[in-house]
Amino acid sequence: MRLDEYISKDIAWCPGCGNFGIRTALMKALEELNVDPRQVVIVSGIGQAAKMPQYVGVNMFNGLHGRALPAATAIKVANPNLLVIAESGDGCMYGEGGNHFIHTIRRNPDIVNIVHDNQVYGLTKGQASPTSLKGFKTPVQVDGVILEPFNPLAVAIALDASFVARTFIGDIEFTKDILKEAIRHKGYALVDIFQPCVTFNKLNTYEWYKENTYYLKDHDPTDRELAFKRAIEDEKLPLGIFYVNKNKETFEELARKGDKTPLYEYEVNFERLKELIESKKS
Amino acid sequence: MKDVSIVLSGEAGQGIQTVENVLTRVLKDSGFHVFATKEYMSRVRGGNNTTEIRVSSKRVRAFVDRIDILIPLGKGATERLKNRIAEKTLIIGEEEFIKESPGEKIVVPFLNIAKQIGKSIYANSVAIGFLSGLLGADESVLKDQITRQFSGKGEDIVNDNIRAALEGYRRGQEFSQKIEFDVEKDSSIKNEVLLNGAEAVGLGAIAGGCNFVSSYPMSPSTSVLVFLSQHKNNFGIVVEQAEDEIAAMNMIIGAWYAGARGLVTTSGGGFALMEEALSLAGMIESPAVIHLAQRPGPATGLPTRTEQGDLNLALYAGHGDFPRVIYAPGNVEEAFYLTQKAFNVADKYQVPVFVLTDQYLVDSYYNLPGFDLDELKVEKHFIKTTRDYIRYVITEDGISPRGIPGYGEGLVKVDSDEHDEFGHITEDFDTRVRMVNKRLRKGEALKKELVEPKLIGDENYRVLLVAWGSTLEPIKEAIEDLNGVALLHFSQVWPIDESVSRYFEKAEKVVAVEGNATGQFANLIRQVTGFHIKDRILKYSGLQFSVEELKEKIAEVL
Repeated sequence: MRLDEYISKDIAWCPGCGNFGIRTALMKALEELNVDPRQVVIVSGIGQAAKMPQYVGVNMFNGLHGRALPAATAIKVANPNLLVIAESGDGCMYGEGGNHFIHTIRRNPDIVNIVHDNQVYGLTKGQASPTSLKGFKTPVQVDGVILEPFNPLAVAIALDASFVARTFIGDIEFTKDILKEAIRHKGYALVDIFQPCVTFNKLNTYEWYKENTYYLKDHDPTDRELAFKRAIEDEKLPLGIFYVNKNKETFEELARKGDKTPLYEYEVNFERLKELIESKKS
Repeated sequence: MKDVSIVLSGEAGQGIQTVENVLTRVLKDSGFHVFATKEYMSRVRGGNNTTEIRVSSKRVRAFVDRIDILIPLGKGATERLKNRIAEKTLIIGEEEFIKESPGEKIVVPFLNIAKQIGKSIYANSVAIGFLSGLLGADESVLKDQITRQFSGKGEDIVNDNIRAALEGYRRGQEFSQKIEFDVEKDSSIKNEVLLNGAEAVGLGAIAGGCNFVSSYPMSPSTSVLVFLSQHKNNFGIVVEQAEDEIAAMNMIIGAWYAGARGLVTTSGGGFALMEEALSLAGMIESPAVIHLAQRPGPATGLPTRTEQGDLNLALYAGHGDFPRVIYAPGNVEEAFYLTQKAFNVADKYQVPVFVLTDQYLVDSYYNLPGFDLDELKVEKHFIKTTRDYIRYVITEDGISPRGIPGYGEGLVKVDSDEHDEFGHITEDFDTRVRMVNKRLRKGEALKKELVEPKLIGDENYRVLLVAWGSTLEPIKEAIEDLNGVALLHFSQVWPIDESVSRYFEKAEKVVAVEGNATGQFANLIRQVTGFHIKDRILKYSGLQFSVEELKEKIAEVL
């Protein structure tokens, strides 16, 4: 089975959209890791980024706006053998789904959380997103954004997320390599991907990202304090793996006590049920 | 007297729960039928809570206003009950708690007796013993149950409590003439189980193959979450307390997608937060089981009280048209069997299924023979996919074979957008119409599996009462001696078939009895059948109907 089989051929993204690069990087990462598409589920929310699983030949759960993470967590715990990727845009993951973002990090399911971060709402046509920079003007934020931008990496590191990375889709190879690391990592892995919206964000363009980012070098990702320092830099924005904590048990390991049997194989123990009912005699 | 109603009244934290737990078991194991229900305030300490325990020679399953014996466990415990205290009510307790109350009184210094034995906290055991002696329960059963209750606290504590209980028992016996409680004991009752509605829902879920529970605590639905958590390790159930109800509902839908059988347990406001995900279940054709324990709204309402006010919520929740099923169990047995069935029906038809209970049902318990497990099956309706698997293939009854990711050769694609048969997003108008029709056809198919309403009482009725859910037992008791009156009780409230109007046509008068302010079910009946039930007995104070109140109201409409 190939990753470009069984997909929707009518791609709804604008020409030049960063989503195309993310699709390429993701498919390459999956191919290079020799993953069986039948064992992969992409769970997404709503928005242009959330259409990704329509165009990749794997299992798809295209759920509600903001709610990809709870569904992804449950899918992983119900069948720990699946590779589960929760993928959506910055509005979906950090805005509508902000509460789930926090608590999914606390749960630490072994899933990859890919966030297409273009600092703007695309599908609703150009309003501010949680990561829009202050002063960014839109048809709604007519005087410019007055809120501080949400810093997903700093929040994730503050919560001791087990894997935190950021890339820019201007560099597909680099993004692919980070995605491979994230997939291989056991535990919750956040990959925030800068991705220009060519239609609605005239500020954060390909050029802007090139000028305003740099690659992390000689960085120790096991140093949480250092990772946090890098995450709150706002002159030039670092790209790479900020933080990794390999010493955390996953949600499904703890919730299932190590049992990886898919729950669809579950059978009720009617003998125990009888005993339980009997125990209500006194 | 063959039927005694005992009310325990006190502040939260004073030990009503302990007295209730032990006393009901002592009475049951001694061969009496028992029923217990509680009403409590939304607070951890203080206030005033009461528990009613009925003890009888026949099965009792409903709340009565009448108080035969009142046990105040603190000061002011009789104040809120003064309308229910009659001349014949026997009030038993510390002098200072009962001296200002009307009714016949027996002063029993529970605290002093307890102190003489050891500590004042044994007072509850003295009270348990006193009531056991008064009603003629078995001494050995009393000892067993006291031992069971305190076994975790060490031998000395157990022995002291037994001494306290036996002293209470001896004193209670002295007054047994006073209430003339003459009930033949039936030793077979000892072998019956004692269950409340919440436990029945929990057991039904286990019997239905539930292996995934995600919820956010909310009264009065929490007891089901607690019950399943207590037994999760024994049955391999994943239980997760979600960050909010939105996450909870999205989680169970994710779990069903991956082949688990998921349940949420919630109440009005919590369910309101789940509505969008309910709609998701409708669109992606996911099974889902929702236990919705009703309490009075709107908003926070009366958090620990009861009402049947969320029928419309369950019925109309979620945007867009999609089929659903709503069961409304009338008693503990139905709570078990219908919750079990909910999982099979959800899986078979790929629709959300509600189990609609309320605070009264989840918190009330009584003895019953148990359940017949032999006939119960966990029906798994998903398939192993082939490489050319298509999730939403159009079928005659609207049910497309449901695949599970990772099980078989195919891909399983579900989409909250309108989608084609593959599950891919589409804006093709013809496909849209075909998909809506396909989903709605499942609603028609569901009518083949209706739980028919039950007709109870005089078959040659002139007056027909129409009710649903937890009012079953109180109404049954209220009409048992009436000629020309019957009850038509619905434990499935959606879908219903318009043919039910045949019951109405035979009646001279049809009266709806509901625990809400507007007659939500009567309105639904009119919508489905065209039959307008004008006479309505409605209650929405936050308390359940009592048998006496129903008798009175029914007499008025006769």
